[in-house]
Amino acid sequence: MSKPKLDPNAKYAKSHEWVRVEDGLAVVGISDAAQEMLSDVVFVDLPEVGEEVEAGDAVAVVESVKAAEDVYAPVSGTIVAVNTALEDTPEQVNDDPYDAWFFKIRPVSQEELQKELDALMSPEEYAEYVEQEGH
Amino acid sequence: MTFVVNTDADRAEMLAAIGVQQIEDLFHDVPAAHRFPQLDLPPALTEAEVLADLRAMADRNADLEGNVSFLGAGAYHHFIPTLVDFVISRSEFYTSYTPYQPEVSQGTLQALFEYQTMIATLSGMEVSNASHYDGATSTAEGVIMALHLTRHKRTRIVMAPTVHPQYRAVVRTYLQGYDLEFVGEDLPPFDYLDALTELIDDNTACVVVQNPDFLGAIQSPARLQELADAVHAHKALFLVVANPISLGLLTPPGEYGADIYAGEGQATGNALNFGGPYLGLFACRMAHVRKSAGRIVGETVDVEGKRGFVLTLVAREQFIRREKASSNICTNQNLNALACAVYLTALGKQGLRQVAQSCTDNAHYLASRIQELPGYEVLNPGHFFHEFVVRCPEPVSAINDYLLHEKNIVGGYDLGQDYPELGDNVMLLCTTELNTPEQMDRLVEGLRERSEAHGA
Amino acid sequence: MALNINRPEPTLFEKSRPGRRGVRPPVYDVPRADLPQEFLRQDLPLPELAERDVVSHYVRLSRKNYGVDLGFYPLGSCTMKYNPKVNEVAARMRGFVDIHPLQPVETVQGALELMVRLQEMLAEISGFQSVTLQPSAGAHGELTGVLVIRKYLQDIGEGQRDIILIPDSAHGTNPATTSMAGLKAVEIQSDEDGNADLRSLQAVLDKYPGRIAGLMITNPNTLGLFEAHIQEICQMIHDAGGLVYGDGANLNAIMGILRPADVGIDIMHFNLHKTFSTPHGGGGPGAGPVGCVEKLAPYLPGPIPQRQEDGSLDWAMPAKSIGRIRSFWGNFGVLVRAYTYIRMHGAEGLREVSENAVLNANYLMHHVKRTYPVPYGHRTCMHEFVAQGKLPDAPDVHALDIAKRLIDLDNAHPPTIYFPLIVPEALMIEPTETESKETLDQFVADLEQIAQEARTDPELLHEAPHNAPVRRLDEVQAARRPILSYIMELQQQG
Repeated sequence: MSKPKLDPNAKYAKSHEWVRVEDGLAVVGISDAAQEMLSDVVFVDLPEVGEEVEAGDAVAVVESVKAAEDVYAPVSGTIVAVNTALEDTPEQVNDDPYDAWFFKIRPVSQEELQKELDALMSPEEYAEYVEQEGH
Repeated sequence: MTFVVNTDADRAEMLAAIGVQQIEDLFHDVPAAHRFPQLDLPPALTEAEVLADLRAMADRNADLEGNVSFLGAGAYHHFIPTLVDFVISRSEFYTSYTPYQPEVSQGTLQALFEYQTMIATLSGMEVSNASHYDGATSTAEGVIMALHLTRHKRTRIVMAPTVHPQYRAVVRTYLQGYDLEFVGEDLPPFDYLDALTELIDDNTACVVVQNPDFLGAIQSPARLQELADAVHAHKALFLVVANPISLGLLTPPGEYGADIYAGEGQATGNALNFGGPYLGLFACRMAHVRKSAGRIVGETVDVEGKRGFVLTLVAREQFIRREKASSNICTNQNLNALACAVYLTALGKQGLRQVAQSCTDNAHYLASRIQELPGYEVLNPGHFFHEFVVRCPEPVSAINDYLLHEKNIVGGYDLGQDYPELGDNVMLLCTTELNTPEQMDRLVEGLRERSEAHGA
Repeated sequence: MALNINRPEPTLFEKSRPGRRGVRPPVYDVPRADLPQEFLRQDLPLPELAERDVVSHYVRLSRKNYGVDLGFYPLGSCTMKYNPKVNEVAARMRGFVDIHPLQPVETVQGALELMVRLQEMLAEISGFQSVTLQPSAGAHGELTGVLVIRKYLQDIGEGQRDIILIPDSAHGTNPATTSMAGLKAVEIQSDEDGNADLRSLQAVLDKYPGRIAGLMITNPNTLGLFEAHIQEICQMIHDAGGLVYGDGANLNAIMGILRPADVGIDIMHFNLHKTFSTPHGGGGPGAGPVGCVEKLAPYLPGPIPQRQEDGSLDWAMPAKSIGRIRSFWGNFGVLVRAYTYIRMHGAEGLREVSENAVLNANYLMHHVKRTYPVPYGHRTCMHEFVAQGKLPDAPDVHALDIAKRLIDLDNAHPPTIYFPLIVPEALMIEPTETESKETLDQFVADLEQIAQEARTDPELLHEAPHNAPVRRLDEVQAARRPILSYIMELQQQG
């Protein structure tokens, strides 16, 4: 298996979500390693806009033919946008996982957000983590 | 006798191959103190003996070949064309398992795909699944789906008093692990729609009605659409229970705003069988299908581009989602769904409509005759399909005893146990296309004799 | 000339022709009752076919199915044994088929008699005090059992107990059932011998004092192994204040060998469609009666038929019942078949069934493990065993490929694959007692041939099946863009 791709501008959770800060919002998707493990993604179940989430909450589900995995919020806040395009073309998650964002979270405050981001892994740390996990 | 194939010689050879002295040695992991208990079972019978034993029990039942029936209440005595049993007796169908290997299960899969198509058509819904255990559990699974769709944030379930009493009981049994509030069941059974609408609030997950309802009454589609609008105004789900035979004639739930359709499929091609096996019909909107329970068959293509069928959307199911699955259901009622599909195909468009029309024609003829009898009163205030409520001059059990012993008639269902507010002596009568005018006249005669004996 | 079974069969809707009629229902001379126009549907687009075409449609479809009657069906955990034909005659007797579930009880005494006798026989086989026949399938029995446990605990003032322990080798229905009953599932690991790990169990018990509602355990477990510490496990759960639910899916290994109640199981379902030979019907109907010990009996769903003092039979609702779990009384037609089977066997016959099921599985395992890895092959298996569809010298070949190639060889249905989840590339094989040594030998030969092909011609396996009504199907497309009815197919075509 080829080495999983990384987005150098993102931080990573142990449950394989990536998060990028864009315009003050936390944008969340699943990593290349995660989509590779799932194989062909067939459906993405997205949260409702307006939902309040805590870091670590299961807020979305990503399904392949043989598996279904929860997607956790890596940071706390309010869901302000969901990528409904994934409902019709879930294959985007396989094709370009760092473009296929799932949802955007407005953080409680930028300080909170920074604290939560600091607890996540850098691309290098995540790469090592994936390798150790044996994926 | 057993159906074991091995001979003593086979066993000896096999034991030698695996290096074990005797069969008992294979069970050394079983706690010795409890190993090989003496079971106190009746002695083994040959095939001829067991058939005689069964025949003796079967003969103690008053079957509906020798008796005329006006009993419905959720299980219906219809004519089942001969080819239905012929098809479900094909052992390629009845001795196969769930179609996990689609390449060698295309028969079952295509038949289910066609079944789903016909149930969706009949109910006016977008998609049907491959069936649940029965109408009651299908209804319960529908309510659970509504809870999932409202993300378990709502705790009120509104059920009409005329949803089959057993279905309501099963919904409550299934959901006893959740902190929910059930309302609506104690409303007056002949006039509940306005009051039911009043009960819907922003905490309501699901509103359940039956049409035709348990008392046979039919509501106008326009009135039900109003109810649906009220349900949707509160972002709740509207679940409609309906007898599939009635849908040969009546406006289907999908056309008056239902989000979920549930029904008992016994009437379409399955024998009474003393209550089972039956099948639960279930259909819903496409947008909700991924939160639904149970198996679903989908169409696809193989590597050569040839059309084929597979179990699909399986990521909802227990074997993948485990504790997060939409339900624990594993098996459907496949052979019963097949019988239902064959029945609908055999009768087809014209046949099903005719069965439904005959059912209602007979019921209205019978009701008009009973209404003329002194001491009896038909209580349904509005339109009804093939069941109606009659107030009798004496307890239902006394009338039914008389009908059975004097007229070979299995009478109606005693409503006293479920609807005490209707007063004493109320009976739910049912006709199907199998009830001849002569049978109905015989029933009327029996009822007249009782009221005369009673001095009415 | 025989019809080629690989030829596509058009759907009913493609065969339909306007105005064609099949079966005509009876119509009698009564006045027509016209319901108001606004109550009636405008259109009823059901198919229109002649009876002759309906019959050939379904007969052709049936030929695209594999069934037990055609041959070996070693589908692990499903107990695909031969379905005796006498069962079908029994269940179709007029006095069983043509009776309404709500008929006065004095007119159905024979039906209640059969049910009571079946309850008594299942209780005797399992050692339980009471049995309800109402649940319609194994998973339905599980829900019944867990709801019974929950209600019992509430009644004795232990309603705070909210955790059900489940071994990681369990069927998915166990955790799904737990959630449905409003309880939480916590997993117990398996040890290196395939048993539930006692240390893992003890750790969880210590972690959740006062919260353990019970344990769900399958024995023999899904690895086909007898849980060697079953008595100790039950004792530990009881000591922690919980109850033990037995998943009876694998009862075929232990009839007359062990009564589950004797080792501490409190409540258990039976799969009549596995152990007691009622046909699987392509996925139902089944039946999942539940038996339990005395203290749980008042909580069973009902009504349950019982003998009265005068010898007659009547319905009775258990005093503290969880309520009804379905409409009417249960899958009666399935109960008739299971009754027939048990009566033909008697105590000795049932023990012979389990003995031969276990012998056949061990014989097969002995030969299969020469070619394929069998992770727990050092132990004696029960009625089934789990091999692995991975061969050291054919790394690109998977369990799926082996299963599909078995279809080509046409001697057997493939085994269960990818379950249990704790064995990678699992091939779960259950031969049952109704197969001959020759059949088992042929299966071994087929698996050996496939192992050889995996090394020399892996593409042959990757592209299998070559000889079936359809080749490998695109399941990804089916799930991404679902076509769930013929109407949707037409819409998709535009």
